[in-house]
Amino acid sequence: MRAELGLIVSMSNSNIIEVSNLVKRYKKAEKNSVDNLSFYVEEGSFFSFLGPNGAGKTTTISILTTILSATSGSVKIAGFDINQEAEKVRQNIGVIFQNPSLDLNLTAEENIRFHASLYNLYSFSPSYRLMPPAYKNKVAELAGVLGLEKELNKPVKTLSGGMKRKLEIIRSLMHQPRVLFLDEPTTGLDPISRQSLWLYLRDIRQKKGITIFLTTHYLEEAEGSDFLCVIDSGKVVAKGSPAEIKKSLIKRYITLDAQDRTQLKKELAHQSLSVSGKGPFKVNLDGSTGQEIIQSLKTPLSYLDIHNPTLEDAYVEIVGTTHEHV
Amino acid sequence: MNMFNAILTIAFRDIIKLLRDRTRIFGSLIFPIIFIGVLGTSLQQNLGENLGYNFLTFVFIGVLGQTLFQSTASGLISLVEDRQNDFAQEMFIAPISRYAILLGKILGESLVSLVQLFGVIVFAFLMGIPLDIPSLLRLIPCVFAICFFGGAFGVMVMANLSDQKAASQIFPFILFPQFFLAGVFNPIINLPLPILIASRLAPMTYAVDLLRSVYYWGKPEYSKVVLFNPLLNFGVVLGFGVLFLVIGTVIFVRNEKNR
Repeated sequence: MRAELGLIVSMSNSNIIEVSNLVKRYKKAEKNSVDNLSFYVEEGSFFSFLGPNGAGKTTTISILTTILSATSGSVKIAGFDINQEAEKVRQNIGVIFQNPSLDLNLTAEENIRFHASLYNLYSFSPSYRLMPPAYKNKVAELAGVLGLEKELNKPVKTLSGGMKRKLEIIRSLMHQPRVLFLDEPTTGLDPISRQSLWLYLRDIRQKKGITIFLTTHYLEEAEGSDFLCVIDSGKVVAKGSPAEIKKSLIKRYITLDAQDRTQLKKELAHQSLSVSGKGPFKVNLDGSTGQEIIQSLKTPLSYLDIHNPTLEDAYVEIVGTTHEHV
Repeated sequence: MNMFNAILTIAFRDIIKLLRDRTRIFGSLIFPIIFIGVLGTSLQQNLGENLGYNFLTFVFIGVLGQTLFQSTASGLISLVEDRQNDFAQEMFIAPISRYAILLGKILGESLVSLVQLFGVIVFAFLMGIPLDIPSLLRLIPCVFAICFFGGAFGVMVMANLSDQKAASQIFPFILFPQFFLAGVFNPIINLPLPILIASRLAPMTYAVDLLRSVYYWGKPEYSKVVLFNPLLNFGVVLGFGVLFLVIGTVIFVRNEKNR
């Protein structure tokens, strides 16, 4: 199953990211951190990149964003090769790094202005007042979407973790990137900030049609993605939509119990279903539905539970086999 | 245009940082004041009579060269700091040339050391050090060349240092001996052979001698205080500045990407 999923590679014009046979081995390392990785991301989609710590997520994102060179393989972003046309790639991407990359000595707006000038959107000016109206409008618009209007003139030092993340998002959207890379953007944020950040990101994605490339530990964040790719030890171990991954990997089952367990067990055995436990019984669905099984039973049931698998279950099943988490 | 805008932006960030850091402004003036005020005056009082030239003026011009070179070079330490704080990533994912990033840093740190220079000159006038103003004005183009030279030297050293701790520990070892090898407050016309070789290899020697050779040009003390012709000094400062910058940038970029 895993090998099959690993082979799904398709190239088309609507792919904004195309990664083929990507390998990265750090200096003095004995193993590849990224080991023959291939995947693609469709333009406008929400793509999640999952994996345990040390799986190679940040390494991959660093290569894709041109700050780390690959050992071998090819990567194209927005049609540009990351080695041959790095500057064009950079023009088309926005990046939110795992550790905030803001200048704490500057105010929020100065951080944005610094970014806008580095990307040559506007000529540099030492004062906000001297900046052109187009710049001011753009900052006001994005600050409005992310709810950061009041904090613009405050030093970054005084902002909370959630506000810093929002500021980084505003900054990364200034040059209208086609892909926004987010490397574990909600790490260290409280649940409310996390939720509001996602609301804003969803809003921005709808309004601007930006492709989102996310790496995360939080499976509920990846649940809403169009396509996801699970990596472990630098290799792709599963890819597809969250529904596909759950379907293909999770054993769906129901749990049943009855006063007369002997009778129930006999009935289940008669239908050649795979049953485990001494009661309650765990019955694997193996293609049939819970409804069909229950309808065929005569024994009065005392307990019934249909297991609804989450992405987390699938993830634990995929990754848990190779990692012994304590 | 793109590159020019980026250089200016990066440079301006350094100036803002300086202006918001009062302790740094104060701290940066302390050393030149100690060198001229304490070391210079005591040597002038005790040894100056026999030298045949004003020792305080000699030390003052030396300290100017040393301040510019050292301040710009160690200002580049913030490059390592940025890398540590991950701010460098913001610059490195911007669609600009790596040379623009480093030139911007050098320009920014040069402006920072010019602020310091201004403080040193005011102090010298307050102390009443005999200075020839037209000769001082002749130093202006040299001042910029030395800032560039110091910055490029800083880039080359920094590119080889991985973290801020290493930078703050190693950098003084690379800079401090140069104070003496370059003759900031000690005449170095006559030296024993091993020291002579080390002195001529120290980049700061040419920064200091460039200022002295231009300041003392046409004055009777010239032969007693100057090592090389101003043109030779200028050539070394600019030539090696470009060389250090190119080598430093190549190493810096390689170390950033090939980890």
